[in-house]
Amino acid sequence: MRNGRSKLAVLAAIPLLAAACSSGGDGTNDAGDGSNGGGGDLSASLTGAGASFPDPLFQDWIYTYSNDVQPGVSINYQSVGSGAGVEQFLEQTVDFGSSEEPLSDEDLAAAAEARGCKAVQFPVVFGAVVIALSNPDLDGLVLDAETIAAIYDREITTFDDPAIAELNPDMDLPDDEIVPVHRSDGSGTTYVFSHYLSTEVESWADKYGEGKELDWADGLVGGQQNDGVAQGITQNPGGLGYVNQSFAQEADLAVAHIVNEDGNPIEPTLDATIAASEEAEIPENFQFSIDNIGGEGYPIAGSNWIFTYTCGYDQANADAIIDFWTWALTDESARELAGELGYAPLGEGLTDRVVAELEKTNSENGGDAGAEEGEE
Amino acid sequence: MSTEAREAPQAPEDSQRGTLHSGRGRFADPVFKWIVAVCGTTVLIILALMVIRTTSEAWPVFAKEGFFGFLLGESWNPGGSRTEITGTYGAWPFIYGTMITSVIAIAIALPLSVMVAVYLTHLAPRRLAKPLSYTVELLAAVPSVIFGLWGLHWFLPNVLRPFFDGLEAVLGWFFLFEGPVRGVGYLPAGIVLGIMILPIMTAIIREVVAVQPVEQQMAAYALGSTRWEVITKVILPASFSGIVAAAMLGLGRALGETIAVLMLIGGSQSWGASLFGTGSSMASHIAATFGESSPESRIALMAIGVALFLVTMIVNILARVIVWRLGQITGDAAV
Repeated sequence: MRNGRSKLAVLAAIPLLAAACSSGGDGTNDAGDGSNGGGGDLSASLTGAGASFPDPLFQDWIYTYSNDVQPGVSINYQSVGSGAGVEQFLEQTVDFGSSEEPLSDEDLAAAAEARGCKAVQFPVVFGAVVIALSNPDLDGLVLDAETIAAIYDREITTFDDPAIAELNPDMDLPDDEIVPVHRSDGSGTTYVFSHYLSTEVESWADKYGEGKELDWADGLVGGQQNDGVAQGITQNPGGLGYVNQSFAQEADLAVAHIVNEDGNPIEPTLDATIAASEEAEIPENFQFSIDNIGGEGYPIAGSNWIFTYTCGYDQANADAIIDFWTWALTDESARELAGELGYAPLGEGLTDRVVAELEKTNSENGGDAGAEEGEE
Repeated sequence: MSTEAREAPQAPEDSQRGTLHSGRGRFADPVFKWIVAVCGTTVLIILALMVIRTTSEAWPVFAKEGFFGFLLGESWNPGGSRTEITGTYGAWPFIYGTMITSVIAIAIALPLSVMVAVYLTHLAPRRLAKPLSYTVELLAAVPSVIFGLWGLHWFLPNVLRPFFDGLEAVLGWFFLFEGPVRGVGYLPAGIVLGIMILPIMTAIIREVVAVQPVEQQMAAYALGSTRWEVITKVILPASFSGIVAAAMLGLGRALGETIAVLMLIGGSQSWGASLFGTGSSMASHIAATFGESSPESRIALMAIGVALFLVTMIVNILARVIVWRLGQITGDAAV
């Protein structure tokens, strides 16, 4: 008994020690940041919520920004998912929302009604969805939208199917059964993937459509998050599944090259995603999807939108929102960070347009807000 | 049964109590009684609030699909509307997934936990029994996400997969073990669930088995019974209600377990009889799709919550009935 008690005392002391050490560490860090930070003069505390797909990048951006650029600004981004991000934005419980789909006109109207002023939305980053393969010998396998749709519809069940052989005349294709793997959780990755197939393949649009979750064909394997899909792929010799480019890059998976609108098989690289974002036609209201990509662009790509309101913020918070996103979109180190993590930053022309849009945040907070919004 | 409160000793008459205590003591009993009463009813109130809230939120889905249409419908295809119900919502694949994984879990955990409990209390040498008990309890403290991670990354590819491949090769003709084997599916989820509920069931059964009167066992030995006969004919029958209680608790955890199942069941919205097939359980489907759900499909997820509550309640009632019926047949005062 006595022995046991002394052990307990030792155990209890460990967290205390750890706390002491870590608080000491923090102290020195803070001092360092103060001197590095230089011109930071903003002070605000922001909350954002939404998509999980850009979460690794957002967390890195936020860390770098609030350590090196504006030490007075703290940003808390919760990757609760696009659906919840839109909900929380409409309920005005967060300063900015984020989603892998643009807000629809219906959502925009609901937002304007709730807040009393318009919402703005703008894309901040592009990402590709890649087809990953279990068999490393199949790296560079060429597929097009029809064959991918047929694989996920279980019409094509082996790699040596004539349709695949036709696209890969020089490749020695095994007769392994293809095991298609999909995301079992609701996911923007599934949305980008199914949107691509729906746009390109009519029968897919009729049978499965597009969405964050689908009623998949029988005989497929589901995986929880990117990691679950990767496990489903690697644990089956014929595994084939779709994951974020950034995840495939980290996990070093074999990937398929996808035939784009101009008939070019494109390897999923960062440059190919950037090329795709430049190919896409982006309207003034930023409600777009990246369809019918040709040239050197990789065809299965999506974007991530940020939503803010044009009124109702404290000026300090509004300044911080504008400053943070302008920094993320234009600063060279922020753009490099995106590239390192497998996300494609916006092209030059688009960046200018997005920054102009983003500066509308809180712009109607003055007396003219009521005049412009008839609903009030 | 052991988990039920034994009859409380009668409190002394009010008149006596007054003379024994004075001052503060006079209020201690009523105050304590009220505090305990409030605590007791809190559970009921929370439960009622949850049932009422989820049912009323889920109402539009039940109204569109019909109550049994929702429970037995086989197609789940959520729509994206904000104001009305446009998709098809049938929860049967998830109800089936929940039941089949829980049945697998109980089928594995029940015999195992009874044997472990008997071994720990009656057969293991004292030096071994203590550390073994602690180890079993330690297993109960492992968070379920760890079970899921370990199951997906190590246990499934290294242990279960070869076993499944063998099982499919030998018993593939039988509909429960029909191929193809994909790795994730009902069976691995059920097996890992079984491991997860093992410790809590073992702990309860061990307590029940340990308190069985020694005199009866001695009497049985004196009549010439073997150890096997004492265990199977004296100890286990007398522990029956406790074992059922343990199974109920384990089953309750298995029915509601979310994250480990989510990682191992291979979430799809269809169902099939083969244990190697992939599907989804009610809790895991809610967890998987809640974050990205449209306002409409969130209502449907609430309805799954209601269905989960119903299934749990029915299973509990069924188990009570079984104990009661068996008690009548064997003449055992089990309930």
